[in-house]
Amino acid sequence: MWTFFHKLGSPPWLYAISGSILRWLLPVTILALAVGLLWGLLFTAPDFRQGNSYRIIYIHVPAAVVALAGYYVMAIAGAISLIWKMKMADVAMKSAAPIGAALTFIALVTGAIWGKPTWGTWWVWDARITSMLILLFLYLGVVALYEAYDNKEAAGKACAVLSLVGTVNIPIIYKSVDWWYSLHQPASIKFTGESTIDPSMLYPLLLMITAFYALFTCCLLMNMRSELLKREARTNWVRKLALGGAQA
Amino acid sequence: MYFDSLSAVLHMDGHGGFVWAAYAITLLVLVLLLVAPGRRQKKFLQRLAGELKRARSGPNSMEEEA
Repeated sequence: MWTFFHKLGSPPWLYAISGSILRWLLPVTILALAVGLLWGLLFTAPDFRQGNSYRIIYIHVPAAVVALAGYYVMAIAGAISLIWKMKMADVAMKSAAPIGAALTFIALVTGAIWGKPTWGTWWVWDARITSMLILLFLYLGVVALYEAYDNKEAAGKACAVLSLVGTVNIPIIYKSVDWWYSLHQPASIKFTGESTIDPSMLYPLLLMITAFYALFTCCLLMNMRSELLKREARTNWVRKLALGGAQA
Repeated sequence: MYFDSLSAVLHMDGHGGFVWAAYAITLLVLVLLLVAPGRRQKKFLQRLAGELKRARSGPNSMEEEA
């Protein structure tokens, strides 16, 4: 167990192991995304009330779910780097922020596009949507804050604090559709109790959620790898990698 | 397959524009997410390799500069 943590702190080991994970996880992820997208787009029946516009659910919900989960990843990594000063946790936090921002962006844009035919408006300032917008700003804030500092150690600390403070937003997003009256529909999938979605729509949706989780993992690992190389540019293993052909 | 024809797929009873726009934007962002780190890494390694080679061949070798 402890040797595992010890190895986790070793950049060359992390670089190698993430490379071998990505070799199979990346193709599987892309395949799952392709299957899920086509399934949702072409093979499911339309919703009886919303018609075909509901097909946006297959990207909107997975993006939103993983955007929230990604925030936990970022905040927990921030906490670890703050408390135990683990460099790799700092790398993970920095790498997670742009991915989370992209997913939140997808959730907001597809939500707006879905809102137009369904609610008759692109945007409403209700609790769910506004708190998602705050999530986007939190992610972008971490990205910008990191770049704003010349001293990367100070940058890491500031970003860790910002992401930890921002976690108050996450339960607000989850609960916003129950706490406030909203145009946004409440959750259709529940871990406890009956889901309010037909199985024929549930399965492609679950596939897409899984695929988005895998996508987040892939992107996180890839971002971490390129960040690792930059930070370790003066070490022998990175120099060997650079001279041994730039394709690795 | 739920739809009968390609035009039905594109039209989606009037919702086609919305659905396809949402999927197109998502796909674009996902491709950028997947491609960007690899490109960044490749560029970085090429630059580093160039710096190292120059440092090695130069008369006033500045190894630590790389």
